[in-house]
Amino acid sequence: MAIIKVERPKLSVGEKVYFGAIFKGMIITLRHAFRSLVGKSTGANELNSSGVGITMQYPEKKWDDQLPEYYRGAPALVTDELDRERCVSCQLCEFICPPKAIKITPGEIPSNNEWAKVEKRPEKFDIDMIRCIYCGMCEEVCPEQAIYLRPDYVITGTNRSEMVHDKERLYEIGGKRVGLVNKWNDLK
Amino acid sequence: MDTTFLIAAAIKIAVFIGITMSFVSICVIFERRFSAIIQDRVGPNRTMIPLSILGFKKDLALPIGGLTQPIADGLKFIFKEDFTPSYVRKVFFWLAPVLVVVPALLTMAVIPFGSPMEFGNTIIPMAIADLNVGPLFIFAIASLSVYGITLAGWASNSKYPFFGGVRACAQMISYEIALGLSIIPVLMYFGGLNLGHIVEDQVANGWLLLPLWNEGGFIIGSGYWGEPLVVQRLLLLIPIGVSFVIFTTSIFAETNRMPFDLPECETELVGGYHTEYSSMKFALFFMGEYAAMVVGSALIVTLFLGGWSIGFGIDGMLPTGAWWVSLLHIGVFLAKVTVFILFFILVRWTVPRFRYDQLMNLGWIVFFEAALINVFLAALIIASPSIGLGGVAIGGAFLILVTILLIKVAKGATQKPSATAV
Repeated sequence: MAIIKVERPKLSVGEKVYFGAIFKGMIITLRHAFRSLVGKSTGANELNSSGVGITMQYPEKKWDDQLPEYYRGAPALVTDELDRERCVSCQLCEFICPPKAIKITPGEIPSNNEWAKVEKRPEKFDIDMIRCIYCGMCEEVCPEQAIYLRPDYVITGTNRSEMVHDKERLYEIGGKRVGLVNKWNDLK
Repeated sequence: MDTTFLIAAAIKIAVFIGITMSFVSICVIFERRFSAIIQDRVGPNRTMIPLSILGFKKDLALPIGGLTQPIADGLKFIFKEDFTPSYVRKVFFWLAPVLVVVPALLTMAVIPFGSPMEFGNTIIPMAIADLNVGPLFIFAIASLSVYGITLAGWASNSKYPFFGGVRACAQMISYEIALGLSIIPVLMYFGGLNLGHIVEDQVANGWLLLPLWNEGGFIIGSGYWGEPLVVQRLLLLIPIGVSFVIFTTSIFAETNRMPFDLPECETELVGGYHTEYSSMKFALFFMGEYAAMVVGSALIVTLFLGGWSIGFGIDGMLPTGAWWVSLLHIGVFLAKVTVFILFFILVRWTVPRFRYDQLMNLGWIVFFEAALINVFLAALIIASPSIGLGGVAIGGAFLILVTILLIKVAKGATQKPSATAV
């Protein structure tokens, strides 16, 4: 193989003095700073910048419309179109949950209820959001399609008990889902 | 020693140290915001006044864009654990941060912050100590801070701080020489070392770097050109420009600022000489560095950019000695210092860090020689009216000879020994 000797480039006097290049560099830095200050940085629009630089300032501006369809946020329970609790407390999600975040207390549906033939519903359904790892196993395993991972990601609380989502909160996040499992009703 | 003097001195010490310390915190917030803007970020912009820890319902959010951030930073430093590792040399480990901060704060004693204020019938200079050896005092005291850094590196008893300390020591000693030599032309021009008089001279005859006016008037008027020695003054801009560049760069090296921050370069030395320090002791190093930066900027502004003078002949129109004029001048001075600090930050994000041998080459081979030749050049220009044309010719020839010799020596010093040499 031929040996190629790479010569160092010969510098002119101006380049050796070096200060011209530094001055030029400072002008470039200043121009960049000015563009950043007036919000004209490259990519500021695409990244939904809040005015300075390309940073989007979070609580004021959000990226929600860019969330993908499959985004896995807070798990939540859903009701069907007739406002029936979908969950039949089979506890499959509780058993599969890797960090053991779900805790279900099953309860019987009284015989005088409209949905007595479903037999069971959760009396209590707690998801500890400090433990939850948003893996989506519960959604995957649910035979009744009662639990879904919603795109909510702002889950905050000032103490541990606030971070446990109870049944009421879970239905509030989940809301209603139409036309999935119709084996318990006449819609078909 | 009368009471007015004592009271005035006490007030000046309190106010000017207060100004320097608040400038240190302003430096920090400027550094963070300006760096952020250069890097397309936002920086700390939403620090509030935390009334909620005092029991109020809500925090007070003022529309000041995070200006209270330094308070939060300071509180954080105070409340962090002050950890002294078991293997350090305790006495020196505790002494080192103090030795960094104290010299930095002492040096601002001779800087004139504003024009003298008339109080009753005494004239109070707006410098804590109106010494006749201003710059020498600053150099003498500022060099002491190298003890703090070297002691910190040695007392930490761990390899990276030690390297940092050694580097800091070598670097500061190297650049001290260029620093001292580079302002000799300036001092030759002013013919004195009193910083207050230097500024007053610049009020009358134009800033050292911007001689756009003199006692005869502006540069566009004929009065300006009628003044004696005006051509000599303009010629003197060459050595003074060189002085300014060398002095500013050496100040960067002295304060361990960005292109020369080898004592604490985190990619090589973890944190440098303050690796083992935490909490308030680290904060003292931090403060010392920024205080040195503030004093360095103040010195450059005082020597080259007219100190507290507004310039362009405006100072002459204002009544001398009135209290509001003094305050206005203090404001002007602080504004200039702020601009210079922004310049420091700009350089930080423009010039990459030097390699260590490049740093030493620049200090010993380029700046030392350049400053020496510069002194001769300035001397020649200043002496030219009295030595006549023949004297100038002989001096010029001598200067060119010395320059060529020095360049030869410098080139020889940078040549690497070839691999085949015995």
